[in-house]
Amino acid sequence: MASELEVVPLRHPGRWISAAIVALVVAGLGWAMAEAQIQWEDVPGFFTHPVMLEGLLNTIVLAVAAQGGAIVLGIVVALMRLSANPVARWFAVGYIWLFRGLPVLLQILIWFNLALVFKNISVPMLFTVPTNVVMTAFVAALLGLGLNESAYMAEIVRAGLSSVDAGQTEAAKSIGMTPLTTLRRVVLPQAMRVIIPPTGNNFINMIKGTSMASVIAFLELIHAANNISSRNLEIMETLFAAAAWYLVLVSLASVGQHYLERAYGPR
Amino acid sequence: MALVEAVGVRKSFGHTEVLRGIDLEVERGEVVCLLGPSGAGKSTFLRCVNHLETIDAGRIWVDGVPVGFRAAHGKLHELREREAAHQRRDIGMVFQRFNLFPHRTALENVMEGPVQVLRRDRAEVRAEALALLERVGLVEKAGAYPAQLSGGQQQRVAIARALAMKPKLMLFDEPTSALDPELVGEVLDVMTSLARDGMTMIVVTHEIGFARSVADRVVFLVDGAVVESGTPAAVLDNPQQPRTQQFLAKVL
Repeated sequence: MASELEVVPLRHPGRWISAAIVALVVAGLGWAMAEAQIQWEDVPGFFTHPVMLEGLLNTIVLAVAAQGGAIVLGIVVALMRLSANPVARWFAVGYIWLFRGLPVLLQILIWFNLALVFKNISVPMLFTVPTNVVMTAFVAALLGLGLNESAYMAEIVRAGLSSVDAGQTEAAKSIGMTPLTTLRRVVLPQAMRVIIPPTGNNFINMIKGTSMASVIAFLELIHAANNISSRNLEIMETLFAAAAWYLVLVSLASVGQHYLERAYGPR
Repeated sequence: MALVEAVGVRKSFGHTEVLRGIDLEVERGEVVCLLGPSGAGKSTFLRCVNHLETIDAGRIWVDGVPVGFRAAHGKLHELREREAAHQRRDIGMVFQRFNLFPHRTALENVMEGPVQVLRRDRAEVRAEALALLERVGLVEKAGAYPAQLSGGQQQRVAIARALAMKPKLMLFDEPTSALDPELVGEVLDVMTSLARDGMTMIVVTHEIGFARSVADRVVFLVDGAVVESGTPAAVLDNPQQPRTQQFLAKVL
């Protein structure tokens, strides 16, 4: 009888071997870190150092402001891109081409040095202000990061809007909805399902991208780490403290994204 | 004056002329069924009546108002989308593919128009919406999302959503064509009771039985033109035109 025969489960020797290799590599790295000349006991102090906390706050403010502005601009550019007006459409294409095409670091540097070519920023008959007063490191970083991101957001929002079935717009029209109400009540809420995941991804990139503002001496996490280590020369320890903060921020953003996705998820 | 008056309506998509001069009048309280082979322009004509499509020539009046235009100083001014939206408030439409808002419950779908478009009081609208869901036999599904409803149930909610705007005219664009055969009856029942209550309806359908029992008039379209029109008995049982005879021989 077949049922009396002993069953030999399939063995997986390969899994044991690969697991052992992974464990060995991890243990080796851990040992190396422990043996390295790092003053681990100093890291928590740098983590909560007042300068580091100021850098943390500035990083958060810059990332949120740049991403927020980029979302608003991105929606506007996406609507222009989908508009019936050819001038608006071409403007949107050019906008995305320019701001997506240039490195963020270059854009930040250009904004920060704007005073070299434009002494004043003015709108005729409204106001005139000296460029070097307006273009602080924060504003330059905000423009550099935000405008670049808005070009990406425009494409994300466009994909989201296009993903909503045309029948939805027709149904909204058929009950007398105006185009703006249709967008706000029918199309955008459904587009959110497509828009949120890549936006969350981009926001995580944005958090890390704020580090580029350190080149124009904006006091974000990396610049804060450099400030602290310039006094005590504990370069790696302060960088590790900054690294820990980035991981905290990115983890929080991932959790937030998860809940947002759930809120707009399929019914 | 008839509630709907269409004169010489023409419409092309690219180089294809879909409507070649349609004349049609629908009286108040009348139920008109548009029949004909696919590609005859039935749905396109229906979509022109509430200006989902703009017509190339001719004119459509609904309740004395030119659809898609505003008469002023002896001229017809083309409407902005906002103004066209205002005109559509009085014209309900039911789609082949239901087009319920998937992110809102059945009740919220029905309430959406009166609350967002007419800016009416939520509590009052809610009571009316529940009464409408009761009327289509779905009050117990008020809290369900469209994905949780069968096709027939979704279409009945869609009818309630259109009725919530208290329209003068209801347009039905093949309302049962996307349904499983056993669900067709429940939607036709709702439409029949609506017709009995005196609603003016234009129905594009392939349900010859419905047209025979409910329609006051049947209009037969082929290639973007009206071929034959009259009472169901005249057109369905004693068609005069060879094109109508061929079509009916196939579907009956």
